[in-house]
Amino acid sequence: MLELRSVSARYGSFQALFDVSLDVRAGEAVAVLGPNGAGKTTLLRVISGLLPVAAGELTMEGRSLLDLPPHRIIETGIAHVLENRRLFPRMSVEENLKMGAFIRGARARFRERLDVVYELFPRMAERRDQFAGTLSGGEQQMCAIGRALMSGPKILLMDEPSAGLAPVIVEQVFGLVDRLRGEGYTVLIVEQNVQQVLQLVDRAYLLEVGSIKTSGSAAELAADETLRRAYIGI
Amino acid sequence: MVFDIYLLEAIINGLLLGGVLALLALGLNLIFGVIDVVWISYAELVMAGMYGVYWLYAFFGVPLVLAALIAIFGVAVLGFLVHYLVISPILGKPPINQLLATGGLLFFLQSFATLLFGVEFRNIGLRLPVIELWDMYFSFARILAFAAALIGMVSLYVFLKRTFMGTAIRAVAQDREIMATMGVNTRQVYLITSAIGGGLAGLAAGLLVLQYDVHPAVGLSFGPITFMICVLGGLGNLLGGFVAAFIMSQFISIGGFYLDLEWGYVIAFVFFIVMMFLRPQGILGRRG
Repeated sequence: MLELRSVSARYGSFQALFDVSLDVRAGEAVAVLGPNGAGKTTLLRVISGLLPVAAGELTMEGRSLLDLPPHRIIETGIAHVLENRRLFPRMSVEENLKMGAFIRGARARFRERLDVVYELFPRMAERRDQFAGTLSGGEQQMCAIGRALMSGPKILLMDEPSAGLAPVIVEQVFGLVDRLRGEGYTVLIVEQNVQQVLQLVDRAYLLEVGSIKTSGSAAELAADETLRRAYIGI
Repeated sequence: MVFDIYLLEAIINGLLLGGVLALLALGLNLIFGVIDVVWISYAELVMAGMYGVYWLYAFFGVPLVLAALIAIFGVAVLGFLVHYLVISPILGKPPINQLLATGGLLFFLQSFATLLFGVEFRNIGLRLPVIELWDMYFSFARILAFAAALIGMVSLYVFLKRTFMGTAIRAVAQDREIMATMGVNTRQVYLITSAIGGGLAGLAAGLLVLQYDVHPAVGLSFGPITFMICVLGGLGNLLGGFVAAFIMSQFISIGGFYLDLEWGYVIAFVFFIVMMFLRPQGILGRRG
């Protein structure tokens, strides 16, 4: 579904990604693991067009994304749940969800999708008129995921959905991601919570200093000695 | 203090003045809030619109309402062009460059108007009635301006609140960097916002030309007060600008009632300066 071939990216003179190749097949859940500053967020930003590709090829369902302006990438079915959620704090929950349905194809089905999201997150229905900035961390994450679902995407890019949340809320968020998988969404997730995310996904890539160090099935990586020592600490 | 019907008259007149000032502030605030650029030359767009209405009505005999509608559209196009030609190329540049560029535009528009129309004060020559109500006198032009300004502001509110594009315009003001992930083209949002800002200036022009003569420097009569209202309310805060417009107009009107009109402005500006010490982020401003 989503394919990266030798993708490089840079912030000015600083190169953040080196020859990254990665693919996500339809219906899969794939994780990108790695320490802080490895380029995980950069990788997702490159896919959703927030950062231009410096070299390499990036395709969605066989179609190159390189010739699309950033705001047209969502139309190919890629929705980005951003790092730190990035809700519009002084807009209501429902207005945030409305922004998720901004693209032409989604506007006509706005009400219908709103019902789907409210059914998935009843809490969001209760808080629909509340400013997003006043929600708790877990609720904000629900709202951010809901906003991404509003466009009717095929694949969800999730950037550390568990960051900054209390352990019990982290459990809930991962449970949620699992439910989305059940609903048939394809997921590419970036996480620091290595142990938990490996129980959730089919495959994973390990990113270090902008390069893919290793990849494999979730079970293989969970058993990998170096990975265990470096990131799980047991 | 004894109840004074003339004081009430001054208060109501202040309210009527506040409507038009709020309209002016709304346009400038919207552009600042969304694009993060201060159009120092905003009142010069109003001047251009006033000349438009003047020529259409007094010279070509176009009905006033139609002339005003043409001015709204014309200044909206002008607003679009200001963004496209002047602002867009310097969007990422330091604020001082943007200020200088729009400041340069101010002098350009002023001198261009002088070149085209000369320095004469021109009046559309329309005598609107004065309405008497229990010994109080109100100019019909002011009442009309207040009502039309209110309609303009409510229309904009509904647009910003109800439509997808309006919601996107408000969203850009809160987090412009992520808009592309929602399929929003910020360049397009900026152009639409600039056209709306221009349209509001065009509406204000159609209302002000009923009460004031038009001349190349007429923008200076509204520009500084509009800017101060925006800053007083919290630059970029639409509601703050609305409230501040009515506060400033009461200072002008009541001050003018007790002393004279020039004193009204002096008191309003002193109040502004004092408030800048007490609450520099503006009445409803967020940044502390």
